[in-house]
Amino acid sequence: MLTTTFLNKTFANPIVLASGILGVSAASLARAVKDGCGGVTAKSVSLEPRSGHPNPTTAGMEHFFINAVGLSNPGVDAAVEELKKFKELSVSPLIGSIFAGTPEEFAVVTEKICAAPIDFLEINVSCPNVSKEFGKPFAYSTEAVEIITKKVKAKATVPIIIKLSPNAWNIDEIALAAETAGADALCAVNTISGMIIDCHSRKPILHNKQGGVSGPALLPIALKCVYDIYKKVKIPIIGTGGICSGEDALAMIMAGAALLGVGSAVYFRGSEVFEKICEEMEKIMEEEGIKNLEEIRGAAHSS
Amino acid sequence: MDSTKFLKIEKITDETPFVKTFYFNHRLNSKPGQFVMLWLPGIDQKPFSIGWEDENGFALTVFNRGPTTNKLFEMKAGERVGISGPYGTSFSVRPNTRYIMVAGGYGAAPLSFLAKQLSVIARSVATKQSQSTKIDFLLGARSAEHVLFEDRLSKLPNTKIHIATDDGSKGHKGFVTDLLSSVIPAKAGIHDNSLDARFHGHDIFVCTCGPELMEKKVLDACNVAGVECEISIERYMKCGVGVCGQCAVDDLGLHMCKEGPVVSGALASQIKEFGVYHRDKSGKKVYFEN
Repeated sequence: MLTTTFLNKTFANPIVLASGILGVSAASLARAVKDGCGGVTAKSVSLEPRSGHPNPTTAGMEHFFINAVGLSNPGVDAAVEELKKFKELSVSPLIGSIFAGTPEEFAVVTEKICAAPIDFLEINVSCPNVSKEFGKPFAYSTEAVEIITKKVKAKATVPIIIKLSPNAWNIDEIALAAETAGADALCAVNTISGMIIDCHSRKPILHNKQGGVSGPALLPIALKCVYDIYKKVKIPIIGTGGICSGEDALAMIMAGAALLGVGSAVYFRGSEVFEKICEEMEKIMEEEGIKNLEEIRGAAHSS
Repeated sequence: MDSTKFLKIEKITDETPFVKTFYFNHRLNSKPGQFVMLWLPGIDQKPFSIGWEDENGFALTVFNRGPTTNKLFEMKAGERVGISGPYGTSFSVRPNTRYIMVAGGYGAAPLSFLAKQLSVIARSVATKQSQSTKIDFLLGARSAEHVLFEDRLSKLPNTKIHIATDDGSKGHKGFVTDLLSSVIPAKAGIHDNSLDARFHGHDIFVCTCGPELMEKKVLDACNVAGVECEISIERYMKCGVGVCGQCAVDDLGLHMCKEGPVVSGALASQIKEFGVYHRDKSGKKVYFEN
């Protein structure tokens, strides 16, 4: 009922672990598959190891989760070993994820990570939490996204997925630029820039002060972004942002998503959330007489 | 929701040259082995094992080892820190059990908290039962001046302290794990005359907290003897609530912030990286050195 084909690869269900959640090690990714994910995205990696920001790096509130982990990762070479190990532990589709400071560096990291047995490569041009080092996210600029997409596409041995930012007011134009430059798919959206302040210490809670907001508060923003992008491009979209239930998941498919990224839901409903969402999707589909997801994909667009 | 409370430090005591205990007049209703996240705004936020809790509040026994603890050591009673928790799993509290606790360094804090809880529970039930929980507390340190909580432990009923120091300045000279053979029978369930008679007829249960290589020796000894144990496993934590994946262990992918830090010996035996390596904050493997 939930089986999904995405760029010629079969996913047991459309739920894909979103990058940055539970994704540090192969073991953690494999555990997410056991907990019901149809596929997983590893945490984004860079050319060199990074320690990330000091704590607090995350905070969970009633309606949202916010993080500024700061793209900590052991570097692409160590990551290749973890990704190899994941394939020993699981047969599930694996999406690698990378980021870099320049288009040239994106190309270098792409070449390196393609030594790992990944099925797809996500290009993270949209992290909102490292602007002190890298400037504004590339995902705010059609030109930057176009250049990076071309550079990465030239080196990649697997289909590439460009991860977009909901902070870009013209996200659909940026999506089109990525498609035109050769992207195979899109992931929309990354977290949206935000801040929380503690009224006792009178300071922002996150050490990095600003962070990326995810969780239920992000869902309506993500739905609108995916809806707009679906209108503009032909390539498939991994709809990500605030999906916590079967209802949320089906709504995202109706906006036009091919696969569904789920991350912060782990905070709200525990590590079993992936299986729960799938069960809830099936239940609603039975009630509504929906036989498969193809039937409702983009349904929200019909007049 | 993770709500951080800003709590006043009530009292600070010097335990050893590198260790202080910070007391808070606030009840967490924590269990021994659990931890809190302590936040110093602008510096960092780190997990700290809860070293004590009673009707007056809780305490953290802290070893000074980095920027966060440096800052904490400069603080005075009356100043406030951000605390959230308690988080994680705890050591089992069992009746009619012969406990063997193996503590290395500041691992003595949570285990002395456990020993205290056992004595509280024993006192609250029938007198007969109160006689049945016995504790052998194996306490290891670098040297005499680093031995923690000997006073605290000596006040507990049914608790026998065995000390080992690396330099022999107090108790046995050598590793605290050297003392294990004197308290664990060679084979579980088989009557062993070398054992103190007061423990006969009770299940043996080992709890350990301290440096990982010490804990690994304890686990190995328990597995050889067929004795049950629980181990506190420390891993680098970021979110503390099972979301970021930083503290997941190979190959099970269990998160030590949520499914740990205290795990059973059976589970620890399946954790391939236990006693071998851990990950730093970038996620890179760091191997333990013998």
